[in-house]
Amino acid sequence: MGVHAWMFLGLVVVGLLALALWAGSLNGRDPFDQTVYEDTIVKFGVAISMFWGIAGFLVGLIIALQLAFPNIFYFEQLGWTNFGRLRPLHTSAVIFAFGGNVLIATSFYVVQRTCRTRLAGGMWPWFVFWGYNLFIAIAGTGYLMGVTQSKEYAEPEWYADLWLTIVWVAYLLVFLGTIWKRKEPHIYVANWFYLSFIVTIAMLHIVNNLTLPVSLTGSKSYQLFGGVQDALTQWWYGHNAVGFFLTTGFLAIMYYFIPKRVNRPVYSYRLSIVHFWSLIFIYIWAGPHHLHYTALPQWAQTLGMTFSVMLWMPSWGGMINGVMTLSGAWDRLRTDPVVRMMVVALAFYGMSTFEGPLMSVRAVNALSHYTEWGIAHVHSGSMGWVGFISFGALYCATQWLWKRPSLYSLKLVEWHFWLATIGILFYIVAMYFAGILEGLMWRAYNEYGFLEYSFVETVEAKHISYMIRALGGSLYLTGALIMAYNLVRTALGHGAAAEGARPANAPAAATLQPAE
Amino acid sequence: MYETLSKFAQTWGLGLFVLMFVVAVVYALWPSNKSKFQAAAYVPLDEGEPGDE
Repeated sequence: MGVHAWMFLGLVVVGLLALALWAGSLNGRDPFDQTVYEDTIVKFGVAISMFWGIAGFLVGLIIALQLAFPNIFYFEQLGWTNFGRLRPLHTSAVIFAFGGNVLIATSFYVVQRTCRTRLAGGMWPWFVFWGYNLFIAIAGTGYLMGVTQSKEYAEPEWYADLWLTIVWVAYLLVFLGTIWKRKEPHIYVANWFYLSFIVTIAMLHIVNNLTLPVSLTGSKSYQLFGGVQDALTQWWYGHNAVGFFLTTGFLAIMYYFIPKRVNRPVYSYRLSIVHFWSLIFIYIWAGPHHLHYTALPQWAQTLGMTFSVMLWMPSWGGMINGVMTLSGAWDRLRTDPVVRMMVVALAFYGMSTFEGPLMSVRAVNALSHYTEWGIAHVHSGSMGWVGFISFGALYCATQWLWKRPSLYSLKLVEWHFWLATIGILFYIVAMYFAGILEGLMWRAYNEYGFLEYSFVETVEAKHISYMIRALGGSLYLTGALIMAYNLVRTALGHGAAAEGARPANAPAAATLQPAE
Repeated sequence: MYETLSKFAQTWGLGLFVLMFVVAVVYALWPSNKSKFQAAAYVPLDEGEPGDE
């Protein structure tokens, strides 16, 4: 914790100095000019999202290689490179660092434009931005040093949690303040989804992190709840982190960026309302499906399972609403790889939200739980849905924020799209295979009623799948590197992004329009 | 305490949720809301400047 205290102090000093320098350079210019949107912070958000994305995918690849080749990637002298330290670094980097920054950046972009007003709160959005990334840095370095409270997706210790609470309340107030001073009378559906994400994450974060520190100068703390209560709180948190971080936030992206990119209104605005209210009220009850066959009362397990199955309907309603927004613009699937990326994201969303309810059924869970099937499921959701919809939003946002007629190269987007898609397929097919294989091996009995296989035999059987998984991950990472290059060249205004260049996907002059 | 809570969740909880769902559907389909929602669907398309009504 000493390291973190110095880190925090150092960054506060640097931050105050930077603030003073910035204020001194204003020369009477109004930094909060209400007649323009606050776009600089979104530009920062796009850049840092891309950075964290690549970092998170890289750590993912490293731990995949550690599992596939434990003899080569095990460094006895470097304890912090151990799988146990790096795995939470990977999950937090991709979910909270990459996903979180994408959500903060896009929410700031979308709320201003759909409310037709500048971001509220003056400097406070910047506090949210830097404060959130400081939390990420404290959390990530903490894992490497062994500071963890050992709760899935909630590993940061009490002091990091307190800091995040302050940042998150500021985020909520900035968002609400912007909605409060809106010039557009109706609150657009994307803002409802963003708001449910911000509010629910605040609630989940606080309740799941009710801990008592051992001392005010030490990093260790103990949970307020114990036993099955703690487990239920954890998975109420854990599943709703999926629901309200990785789903509603990114659905908000869907409801803004897909209509905007294809220049078509949402397929059915009424459906979007039913989608929103049914999704948020059903999701919150699905958590107990993580605790089948445990000390949790059976009726509570069944409740979690039932709500998970019901969740299929709003999920698919939303997916259909997003895909059908392309009605009348289906050609964009062929001509614009960014649109294709976002639609494939929806296909993965549909797939994993069908699979999720299936896996929540107790009998299916008996086979799938604790196996690589779970890993396949979350990665089809995270790499396919969250990753692709984020990539789509980042491509769009970069082009629009830097006011470029087109991206630097749509060819490179094609490369990214195919590398990442094939990468995901390698990844999930290998993990489905490994998961069902080991699930069946674990439950196999011989004629005398003994277990047929020892545990290490199931590990050996998965070796080939682990290698294919690492290959898939490396393809996905390569795609992201190509994307970063493309975004930088777009921001710099090179190639097709140059001023006055003809948009790469615009039809050549005087093409015939198809009859209506 | 536990018995009471679980009974409540399994009976009145169900009723409350059905009621909330019905309210959301009725609100979405209410005829006089139709024009408002149709206009709202176009909100992302015309970006405008801050302050545009």
